[in-house]
Amino acid sequence: MATAFVPGSVTHGGGALPRLWSGRAWALMGIAALILFVIVPVGNILVPAGSIFHVSDYTVTLAGKIMCYAIVALAMDLIWGYTGILSLGHGLFFALGGYAMGMYLMRSIGHDGVYKSDLPDFMVFLDWKTYPWYWSFTDHFWYAALLVVLVPGILAFVFGFFAFRSRIKGVYFSIITQALTYAFMLLFFRNDTGFGGNNGFTDFKRILGFPITAPGTRVVLFMITGAALIGFLFLGRAIVTSKLGRVLTAIRDAETRVMFSGYNPVYFKLFVWTLSAVICGIAGALYVPQVGIINPSEMSPANSIEIAIWTAVGGRGTLIGPVIGAAVVNLAKSFFTQALPEYWLYMLGLLFILVTLYLPRGIAGLWTRKNQ
Amino acid sequence: MAGGDAIARRSGASDGHVVTKGVDTSHGAILYLESVSVSFDGFKALNDLTLTVDAGELRCVIGPNGAGKTTMMDVITGKTRPDAGTAFFGQSIDLTRLSEPEIADTGIGRKFQKPTIFTDHTVFENLELARKADKRVWPTLRAKLDSVARDRIATILETIKLAPEADRLAGLLSHGQKQWLEIGMLLMQEPQLLLLDEPVAGMTDDETMRSAELFESLAGDYTLIVVEHDMDFVARIADRVTVLHEGHVLAEGSMQHVQKNEQVIEVFLGR
Repeated sequence: MATAFVPGSVTHGGGALPRLWSGRAWALMGIAALILFVIVPVGNILVPAGSIFHVSDYTVTLAGKIMCYAIVALAMDLIWGYTGILSLGHGLFFALGGYAMGMYLMRSIGHDGVYKSDLPDFMVFLDWKTYPWYWSFTDHFWYAALLVVLVPGILAFVFGFFAFRSRIKGVYFSIITQALTYAFMLLFFRNDTGFGGNNGFTDFKRILGFPITAPGTRVVLFMITGAALIGFLFLGRAIVTSKLGRVLTAIRDAETRVMFSGYNPVYFKLFVWTLSAVICGIAGALYVPQVGIINPSEMSPANSIEIAIWTAVGGRGTLIGPVIGAAVVNLAKSFFTQALPEYWLYMLGLLFILVTLYLPRGIAGLWTRKNQ
Repeated sequence: MAGGDAIARRSGASDGHVVTKGVDTSHGAILYLESVSVSFDGFKALNDLTLTVDAGELRCVIGPNGAGKTTMMDVITGKTRPDAGTAFFGQSIDLTRLSEPEIADTGIGRKFQKPTIFTDHTVFENLELARKADKRVWPTLRAKLDSVARDRIATILETIKLAPEADRLAGLLSHGQKQWLEIGMLLMQEPQLLLLDEPVAGMTDDETMRSAELFESLAGDYTLIVVEHDMDFVARIADRVTVLHEGHVLAEGSMQHVQKNEQVIEVFLGR
């Protein structure tokens, strides 16, 4: 081509690509790790209950639960914030991961159930004599762990393949995901499905042989959840700062240009959609042993909408924003549902409206605006 | 005169300089449309359209609204499947069997009427994403930007005169700059054939003039098909002009030739 290439223009001609983390982000990550792995465990186990430095069991469980939600919000941000695909069915993947772990926890109860049977109480109640075939091997932790990843992953992959190949987009995609989670909720409500009907799974006794309600087990579960959250933040950041991440955002902003640039958006969407579902499944699997229950209400459409709200409140397309959003909304929720239980849904709606009107870029947007 | 200079350069190029990797242009032509018909709900957008474009040519396509210009581009780029007829890229690539990304990958770049760029990415990143590369998921995830790529991007930044804007978000560019960025993105794809839908719409006179210079410099190395309403612009740059009307070719030849055609005068000026 007939253009003069100026040597050296490479250096002053720009072309800075996003870095993995800024120095400040590394520092914040260090502080988070200190709180997660030192302050909370020591405060819960070693500091006596009377001390002001004591961290109560309630706090540990609440924080662990909120971190699970934060992981879900992070997964939502990958698909919605970065790729522009609003899923209103992410609660399904979370619940499926939870159920897979729940199956293992049910099998671990052993003969300590009310009926002292080989089978879980709800199966005895239904007069079942053996486990259905899909409960095979779920007494092995690693098999259950595999299901945690595979069940949401395969469902998302198959559903996503057909939806993206048919070029279903925008609000249509959102509505279909909503219908999907609703259909699964109805399925799981049925006793015949073999997952405990509307009671789901509860009364867990132990995990990998450790008593599930013991303080030590709780703190370990809390720390694993914290490590998973930090790990997924790294993974998410690595993805969005890669060329693939830039393609995802490009799909959000101008999908036709992506196609006419030679990328097939179907496979890029499928990648991030499946990954997002798997991350949700893992979050669900961490959630169930800490909360001690999983039932079909986790698949209710309202739950999935709440996930979108956490993400929007925190700030889409920032990764850390949705983590903060999940924490803020759920702390507010645990406060309001105790103080003013009837008003929580109004508060949630109000919060969503206020954020949409005054903070279109969410809580994280406050911080970036100050920096500009 | 700049125009004459460009024509000389162009004919020199078509004597054997034309880049033909991947696409078989041994018979001189790079694009064959034969008896292509497309109808939407009974409306014949393309009606038995036959068109051949030579490698290295700068072809302008003109015609009144609804003549089928955009539908023709849709057929070439795989966005619309013809009801009848064939579309070949070079001697052997059947465009009617490929998807949009596959067609882009074989070497056809398309610029839309409305600038279509990645507004939340910097100018540099826009070019980086468009660059010819293995565009499957895993290679994209692992892709690293090497110095060859950086040099190539720097070259294109100079070509489209956006080097000072490299780190700006593309959404913040002026309309004309966006048009140029999109053209730059096409060039990054290293295509054989460029389809440009009204590339100078909304540009200032100065920008239009610079675009004309750019397109003239590209012809020869690339084959260009330009759809444009600006007749002065067409008269300035075109080797050959194809006039479309009601989905088929009404006239074809040099600008002077088609301007004298009775039917063309009738269609454009009314009787």
